[in-house]
Amino acid sequence: MIGGDDRLALETTRIPLEDRLRIEELYARYAACLDDRRFEEWPDFFTDDCTYRIVPRENYDRGLPLATLSFESKGMLRDRVYAVTETLFHEPYYTRHLVSGFVVRADDGVGFRVHANYVVIRTKSGALSEVYNAGRYVDHVVDDGGALRFREKICVFDSELIPNSLIYPI
Amino acid sequence: MDTLSRPFELDWETGACAHVPYRLYTDAAIYERELARLFYRGHWCYVGLAAEMPNAGDFKRSRIGEREVVVTRLKDGGISVVENRCAHRGVQFCQKTFGTAKTFVCPYHQWSYDLRGNLIGLPFRKGVRQGDRVNGGMPEDFELASHGLTQLAVEVWNGVIFASFDHGVEPLREFVGPEVGAYFERIFDGRELTLLGYSRQRIPGNWKLMMENIKDPYHPGLLHTWFVTFGLWRADQQSEMIVDARGRHAAMVSRKNDGGRSDAVTSGVTTFKENMVLHDDRVLDVVVEPWWNGPTVTMLTLFPSLIVQQQVNSLSTRHIQPNGTGSFDFVWTHFGFAGDDAEMTRRRLRQANLFGPAGYVSADDGEVIEFSQRGYAQHADLATVCELAGRGRGGADHNVTEVLIRSMYGYYREVMEL
Repeated sequence: MIGGDDRLALETTRIPLEDRLRIEELYARYAACLDDRRFEEWPDFFTDDCTYRIVPRENYDRGLPLATLSFESKGMLRDRVYAVTETLFHEPYYTRHLVSGFVVRADDGVGFRVHANYVVIRTKSGALSEVYNAGRYVDHVVDDGGALRFREKICVFDSELIPNSLIYPI
Repeated sequence: MDTLSRPFELDWETGACAHVPYRLYTDAAIYERELARLFYRGHWCYVGLAAEMPNAGDFKRSRIGEREVVVTRLKDGGISVVENRCAHRGVQFCQKTFGTAKTFVCPYHQWSYDLRGNLIGLPFRKGVRQGDRVNGGMPEDFELASHGLTQLAVEVWNGVIFASFDHGVEPLREFVGPEVGAYFERIFDGRELTLLGYSRQRIPGNWKLMMENIKDPYHPGLLHTWFVTFGLWRADQQSEMIVDARGRHAAMVSRKNDGGRSDAVTSGVTTFKENMVLHDDRVLDVVVEPWWNGPTVTMLTLFPSLIVQQQVNSLSTRHIQPNGTGSFDFVWTHFGFAGDDAEMTRRRLRQANLFGPAGYVSADDGEVIEFSQRGYAQHADLATVCELAGRGRGGADHNVTEVLIRSMYGYYREVMEL
């Protein structure tokens, strides 16, 4: 499960610079959507048959299947948005996603495999900003009717402890 | 050891435990006594599942109270639990969360121990020869046998490992008692368990608040939309609150219903969402398993630090690891059974979306615990009110009650002498 993914940076197939810029643009818009709290728009970054998972690195590295969140369709993402906005009681917080260190490779004509590091900074009302979640996106991006979308997005986080709760998407 | 020099003058209601003083959640001296009397003496504490260490030499780090322990599978198939603290200079010698070892060697001065914690050797014990002198060395009367790691009492109950620093603790099954033990054995009946993975969160609240949360059948149908809307847990269900003879352990047992509107339990409940429809309802693809024998949910609290969850097809142990008065780590270990087919494993994993630090019916438990702790910090002389269904102790044949919380504090007062 991890072997191939982790060697992505060693593969030699390069992609055109323009594709790389489109990918980076996608991640920038994705981060802005979450940080601007436009949660209703979040599922539109994904294909209908998408996979979205937030996974502790310890489970990922050991091949244990449990995820912190694991969704298998755009419908499940919409259900999460409803929970975030309507049903999950929580103290609201700002997020700031910093995404960097892109490794992008073509995936045999069906899109791109992308790895990128991320840090999410959380700021609660009246509180100092803190590093909330740090990890790596392990993604599969496809051209979905002219727009780049995530067919698979796995957020593998290093953070050994989640600071109380994880409400909003990463 | 015990830092309280005099009995504490806490404002308990006479003879009852319906009002819990805020100071129980914030006072460092009380907390020190809790560690000594509830975690380190007289109690069995959960440290892991045998399935986490399948092979000889496999170990994991775990925790009892604030003390780290190492749990190891021995060659003979047994389990040893030792404190993660070298007998020499106190170093936490084990720094891997999981691993495999033949011996434990402290990195500082290489004192080495067998997997049961017996000291088997140390460098320069007989000194170092220099010319015709021998420099250093341990005293003549130094004995390996009296310098082992702290070895804990261990019992493994159908694959679940408990340990105690107190070798005089009563046998595990007697400690749990037959009432709650029957529900423990309903899940852990000797079947082989499979490990699905971990979730770890740090909750900024007193550790007892998590025990209370799972002894509180009042809140799920109010705080958690998914429970009340989809009928997984709410006040109109056939339920039983089981408690052991001393009031410390409990089982909340219930059967789901079809959810939807019911004036008695949804009217005025702001979290009830009558028109809520899931876009993809595979998260609630519940399949009845033969071993349930009726209940769809059993939530066990084994005092002081273990919760066992069966919520429909999702199973986990939840381990409370306190960090002072105002924080605890909460470690979830999800599991299934060796007999599960791929579809059942997928179902257990899908339903895991309800639980853990991001879960639809769990994320907000951590949040309310944090807010409770903040409220307690504001006053030293107030108390909570736990009077739903009276002021007494015991069990109940419904879930509109706070009796299990009162029962726990009844036991707590006896042991804590507060």
